[in-house]
Amino acid sequence: MSTERRPPAVPPAPDLHRVLATAPAPAPAGALSATLTFAWRGMLKIRHVPEQLIDVTLTPVLFTVLFTYMYGGAIAGSTGAYLTYILPGVLTMAVLFTTVYSGVALNTDMTKGVVDRFRSLPVWRPAPLAGAVTGDLLRFLVAGSVVVLLGVALGYRPGGGVWGILAALALVIAFAFGLSWVFTTAGLLLRAPNAVMNVGFMALFPLTFVSNAFVEPDTLPGWLEAIVDANPISHLVTAARGLADGDPSASEVAIVLAVAAALTAVFAPLTSHLYRRGR
Amino acid sequence: MTDRITQDLTAARAALAPLAIEATGLVKSFGATRAVDGVDLAVPAGSVYGVLGPNGAGKTTTIRMLATLLRPDAGSARILGHDVVREADRVRGLISLTGQLASVDEDLTGRENLVMIARLLGHPWRAARARADALLEAFGLTEAAGRLTKAYSGGMRRRLDIAASLVVTPPLMFLDEPTTGLDPRSRSQVWDIVRALAAEGTTILLCTQYLEEADQLAEGIAVIDHGRVIAEGTPAQLKASVGSSTLHVRLLDPARRGDAERILGGRLAEVRPGADPAALSATCPDGDRAALAVAELAGAGIGVGEFSLGQPSLDEVFLALTGHVAEPEEDEAALSGGGRA
Repeated sequence: MSTERRPPAVPPAPDLHRVLATAPAPAPAGALSATLTFAWRGMLKIRHVPEQLIDVTLTPVLFTVLFTYMYGGAIAGSTGAYLTYILPGVLTMAVLFTTVYSGVALNTDMTKGVVDRFRSLPVWRPAPLAGAVTGDLLRFLVAGSVVVLLGVALGYRPGGGVWGILAALALVIAFAFGLSWVFTTAGLLLRAPNAVMNVGFMALFPLTFVSNAFVEPDTLPGWLEAIVDANPISHLVTAARGLADGDPSASEVAIVLAVAAALTAVFAPLTSHLYRRGR
Repeated sequence: MTDRITQDLTAARAALAPLAIEATGLVKSFGATRAVDGVDLAVPAGSVYGVLGPNGAGKTTTIRMLATLLRPDAGSARILGHDVVREADRVRGLISLTGQLASVDEDLTGRENLVMIARLLGHPWRAARARADALLEAFGLTEAAGRLTKAYSGGMRRRLDIAASLVVTPPLMFLDEPTTGLDPRSRSQVWDIVRALAAEGTTILLCTQYLEEADQLAEGIAVIDHGRVIAEGTPAQLKASVGSSTLHVRLLDPARRGDAERILGGRLAEVRPGADPAALSATCPDGDRAALAVAELAGAGIGVGEFSLGQPSLDEVFLALTGHVAEPEEDEAALSGGGRA
């Protein structure tokens, strides 16, 4: 192999002639096909830019290991008992933090100009958004699975068994779907991808910590306990914990699904509107 | 019913005057700024049409309205007979856009970018991959096909961008500053591509702030400044409209320069002896008068060794039309992110 590289050839006109002359144009993709193509794009990004997923899953992984072994004995009496308590909380945290990237990705698209191309294509207008969110569901699934598998490796064996865990995972992903619309809206309103990330994490950190994800709220001062109890993330963690432990609460699950539906109902159309408007 | 009639009328009108782009009184404001302030354009099908103007003149906003990305505040535009607002979907099927920022996905490989567009435009997977490979080869990108486009040079990115616009060959293509930030070699590659496309019959609307680029590629040019079309014509007409061409004459015998100066002075203004003792130059309003003046020299027996009529550059045209010089530097700095090597 020679190290000397020939400069790439100037594209000769006859070649262009050949590619331009090929086959008549097919009909543009339908709504479903276009959405799936955009979802495929989202999956390729997980493969090409795994850092985004690692960023958000590494923190929960560290938390699981540190909290379980450092504080587990002190908070719950034993590391095993505490693991059973916090794993649904960490699962929630990992997946919800991943939703911020839905907004970051959309903001990046807008600033890079690739959205202009998408919007000038003769395809179903919401397809890029619908596809991105579909691709994000896979991202949520990966982030959640990492936490669950780590927990199982550390000895997490909840009462609900495999189905309980899967149900908890599914519920967390459903909530994440609703929450991701909030961040896609933020992604279209804020200037830079970094701003979206900062706003997202600044909102999610207190929300996750002022919840029952890591500690029982009984020990908190009354006013704080009231806040924790009202926090939708507390409801999500309680519901996920119930499912995983084989002791599900229908009312908690209903609250979580209602919040997810409400977030979707408000922020999905808002995202769609902002996206159509462009910059 | 009414829609049907409107459509038929529109189609009939388009058949009479085959215009690829027909814009009247386009206006778009952002806050208090009128980015586009009543732009009219009539671009015949099958031509390369240049929209020339400095940074911030309203070129990109105009293109974005024509490509259905922005809704005009006032005025209307038709693309091959279809209204950009009422028939936006129809229009999107007729155009492709190569934006000012390279519109490729940086986190995907070159090949994945093209496969994605091909899928969206209706190619089945296998055909999409074949189409992507054919385009990559034609644009000299086969070797880089599997690399993420964020690692591409500015020139490669531009070529991929144009390739993405040609997955399905569109009747009308928008090229927004296709060579801003490119090195001279990449620039000439892009020019070759534009010429090849034009030769195949694709209509191209080329926005540029490079006067030379418009001169090289475009058959018609609209000069835009402050959101308005301030002049329109062929490059030659625009240059002629400035009027002051310069006639350069070199005599066979330097001793006759005094006579020559007197003869030319009778017909032309500002006759100046050159540094070369046999050379003279003069300002003249048009080619006819220059020809007569040279003929008169010959008629008087003064041997003319060589002569030439220098046309004003488009830079001079711009200066004459707007009263200020076109300044591309600002924009290049702002776009350095899109054109880094």
